[in-house]
Amino acid sequence: MQAFLDAFTAALRLVASGDQDLIRIILLSLKVSLSAVCIAALIGIPLGGLIALSRFPGRQALIVMFNALMGLPPVVVGLMVYVVLSRSGPFGVLNLLFTPTAMIIAQVILVLPIIVSLTRQTLHSLWLEYRETLQSVAATPAQCLAAVLWDGRFMLITAILVGLGRAIAEVGAVMIVGGNIDNVTRVMTTAIALEASKGDLALALGLGFILLMISMALNILAHGLTAFGEPERRS
Amino acid sequence: MKTFPTSNPPVASLELGILPLELTGVGLVRDGKRVLKDLNCRIEGGASGQNADEPAKTFIIGPNGAGKTLFLKLCHGLIQPDEGEVRWYGPAANDGAMIKRRQAMVFQRPVLLRRTAWENIDFVLKIRGVTRAERADRCAELLQQTGLGRHASTQAQALSFGEQQRLALARALAPDPEILFLDEPTASLDPASAHLVEDLIDQAVTSGKKIVMSSHDLGQAKRLADEIIFIHRGRIKERAAAPAFFNGPKNDLARDFLEGKLLWWRRRSVYEEGEEQCC
Repeated sequence: MQAFLDAFTAALRLVASGDQDLIRIILLSLKVSLSAVCIAALIGIPLGGLIALSRFPGRQALIVMFNALMGLPPVVVGLMVYVVLSRSGPFGVLNLLFTPTAMIIAQVILVLPIIVSLTRQTLHSLWLEYRETLQSVAATPAQCLAAVLWDGRFMLITAILVGLGRAIAEVGAVMIVGGNIDNVTRVMTTAIALEASKGDLALALGLGFILLMISMALNILAHGLTAFGEPERRS
Repeated sequence: MKTFPTSNPPVASLELGILPLELTGVGLVRDGKRVLKDLNCRIEGGASGQNADEPAKTFIIGPNGAGKTLFLKLCHGLIQPDEGEVRWYGPAANDGAMIKRRQAMVFQRPVLLRRTAWENIDFVLKIRGVTRAERADRCAELLQQTGLGRHASTQAQALSFGEQQRLALARALAPDPEILFLDEPTASLDPASAHLVEDLIDQAVTSGKKIVMSSHDLGQAKRLADEIIFIHRGRIKERAAAPAFFNGPKNDLARDFLEGKLLWWRRRSVYEEGEEQCC
């Protein structure tokens, strides 16, 4: 117990002192995960909207596929991206393996199904609710889409935050494709795994503490946005 | 809190009309069942201008499941008939866009956008290309008219059910439609709220709008209706001026309905199928 308290105290001291290594790891984590989530959102929100509001052959299969991919194991994604980006793989010439770009690619693959599925669900529910009203006021398809996207904006931001939570807390994929190289691809989760295995609990706990704070902040933000988007009705 | 200018800019009142509306041999199939059968009727202009002698408020009445809502949705163009034709014959009836612009519908359960009361009305005007200044005046006017002036900045979902229904009515009235379809707009309201909605309907009629409204509130139909279309099991069984209908309906089913005898379990067993339509 004393060892744990010592480690915890040291971790707090590290965080409070603004340790350079710690800050560098945090900034790289945020850069990788935010980039991945932005890319996934740019692809996922229009794709989710398309699946939600239109009818085309294979739509149901696409919905099932994206729902299934939400539970994709990160290590499997890491392995797939590793194979594709390795020297003998189809994109080996790009020399992306063990770079932050490779980590972003892996996280995009992990986050994209979450954003697509949550976007589709949100917009589909709104569309079912709004359809007759929007048709009744003679809104064009573009106006319908704009109305549904705008009114579902808080829930879409929540979907993005859920994706960010998944990305920033993920370790398996970034470990495989990033390699956990100091000053290059070391992010919070891989650093925690490494430091814990070395027995340096202070840095691991410090990073864990910050990761926990980020995760909680994202959840509180998501909850707040959802509550803000759904005010209580007066009796 | 917003301040409200009090002007009354008509949005579409100078546009050509789309009425009358005619249903010819209209039928509708849902889940393999014919839910509306061989509907034939003509809905005339109403209170405005040259049609001043026509009924301004047409009530569609009938028991639950008779097809009143489907009838209104068919007329409004939200659903297409599987048989027959729904056609407008007014001067602007050749303009598909105008047909959509000149009609509005309020549903039994108000569906409002997840925005403020003001923005719900503003949305409809905005998609019709109304200028910002005109929109502001019209929103303020309608919110005051519907008693929602102090709720302009309130989220629509936070309003009470009665207020939501009035907001839905305000939104429907915003683009100044020629014909307004109302699907049991007071069905879930308390008497005071229902009275407010009825006042708004009367005001709409005064400003020249045609009202086609479904209801199974016979008291309300007696108070408001100019003419009655009685529907039973997807067929029009009787159409008559309201006083004539309530004083002595010609159709047996209509008479039983007025006397509260039209029980759901007697529909199939007692009353014969294929009864002749009146109009």
